[in-house]
Amino acid sequence: MQINNVEIEDNFAEAFKMWGSRFIITAINERWAMTAAREVTGFSTSIIGCGCEAGIGGVLTCDQTPDGRPGVLVLIFTMSKKDMVKHLLLRLGQCIMTSPTSACYNDLEAEVKVKTGGKLRYFGDGFQSSKYLEKRRLWRVPVMDGEFVIEESFGMQKAVGGGNFLILADNQLNALAAAEAAVDAISKIPDVILPFPGGIVRSGSKIGSIYKGQMVSSNTAYCPGIRRQVDSALPEGVNSVMEIVIDGLNENVVRMATKVGILAATGPGVIGISAGNYGGKLGQYHFYLHEILGKA
Amino acid sequence: MGCVSCAGLVGNSSSAENEITLHLKEPTTIPIEAYSITPDLLLERDDSDIKKLPAYYGRRKVTIGDLFSVEGERSESIVVQGGLGHVKKIGMGMSRGRIIVKGDVGPHLGAYMQGGEIIVKGNAGDWAGANMEGGRVWIDGNAAHHVGAAYPGDKKGVNRGVIIIEGNAGSELGVAMRRGVIAVFGNTGDFTGAGMIAGTILVFGHLGKRAGAGMKRGSIAAFGTYDPLLPTYRFESIFQPVYIRFLIKRLRECGVPIPAKTEEQLFRRYSGDINMLGKGEILIHD
Repeated sequence: MQINNVEIEDNFAEAFKMWGSRFIITAINERWAMTAAREVTGFSTSIIGCGCEAGIGGVLTCDQTPDGRPGVLVLIFTMSKKDMVKHLLLRLGQCIMTSPTSACYNDLEAEVKVKTGGKLRYFGDGFQSSKYLEKRRLWRVPVMDGEFVIEESFGMQKAVGGGNFLILADNQLNALAAAEAAVDAISKIPDVILPFPGGIVRSGSKIGSIYKGQMVSSNTAYCPGIRRQVDSALPEGVNSVMEIVIDGLNENVVRMATKVGILAATGPGVIGISAGNYGGKLGQYHFYLHEILGKA
Repeated sequence: MGCVSCAGLVGNSSSAENEITLHLKEPTTIPIEAYSITPDLLLERDDSDIKKLPAYYGRRKVTIGDLFSVEGERSESIVVQGGLGHVKKIGMGMSRGRIIVKGDVGPHLGAYMQGGEIIVKGNAGDWAGANMEGGRVWIDGNAAHHVGAAYPGDKKGVNRGVIIIEGNAGSELGVAMRRGVIAVFGNTGDFTGAGMIAGTILVFGHLGKRAGAGMKRGSIAAFGTYDPLLPTYRFESIFQPVYIRFLIKRLRECGVPIPAKTEEQLFRRYSGDINMLGKGEILIHD
């Protein structure tokens, strides 16, 4: 299959069951809502080393937020419910509660709930108060700048993590430009995040290593600089590869993001598009590129 | 707003064709207890069964059919009309559906209700929404005393739900309130929020005397003028409460006519009542 003269490999991305949560941060203005959002999604590129994957889902207008202040939507993904409980508590407590003028509200109706606000309320040292309106409980925690408002419970649901595609280009600049175009296109898809820096990962990994005890190592099959020394998967002419990793609240949005991302990435200097997998033996989801792109 | 709907604040109304209309045959000053007029009881009943439901005329036990003409059947949307100033307990304990009262209505409207909504296109008597546990009461006109209050002897009053009064409210509004929201667009009488345990009262007109007397927790927000607060309330700070913004936005989304930019005001926060737990607050528009 070719799109815009770019070869789309007949390959699939292997993705995994995860748990996802979505919440809204508001603040006195967009600057401070975004500050809190950047902090809470910091150091969250991969569950391998960071424990969770998180990203900003979009900027919200005053009409779109529960308290009518400017806001930012955040999504977070973990491998287990236990990890979600842990990371929500740590991140909301350390990164949002500490941020000037912030408030935090659940934005995911789900059967499974985590009482994150219900735990953070104890920071109020007995001076916190609860407000209940139409099945939503908020906690008001007295803090130095006024009050911190946080919803008692946050929803989490089964989600999909690790959807991906690889951009194979003739040089680094073209690979990066194509990846940036893909990131911009995917940013319009709701309920997905691209957890790596700027949405792009330059150091894709493989399972295993020659070193004992090291679980992952560089994806050598896609490293152009050593193509003659390994069992390379790269066609001739490829001198740089960038990967886009996609986490989403459901399969459909991951498919949609993969499709729009690939279509946007087929630009100048791009020789091929591939995808990363583990032979189909690990992940619960297989996203076949031809199938996704064939469904126009 | 993402996941929260107005469910609970705005009930689903049946079409006009499917309404039950109850018209009081003869206005009277004899107290009538019409506790059977609830959507829960009328939904499954046909016209003749509705007429057989019990009521009290003074101390005499009668039926709904003796006092009201009935049109319609098997609906949870009810219209009640016809000089109801002495008709008590309409909507008492209801958990679903909608009652529209055309004109004034007597005491104990919606007492103990758990869900659904009651709209009064007139004034309401004492004890409207007393000991409510859910749903909404919306009074276009004035409300008398003890709205949203706990009955004497009860330790806790309103536990959930929303009461909106577009006119004035009398004394002892929201006494011993445990949860929920009461919004009054006119003035309130004495002892607003006395003995509050939690919950929120918003007063857009004049907040009456001795507000929050004996309050343990809870919030009373005065957007207009106010009588001097009790000496058992202490000034804490001036700030913009984020919670009030959340509440006002939710109420506006459900049709409550709160003036624009109300949520942007600064408030002087007074904590009290120090005779009790002292963790309540009165917020005065600065």
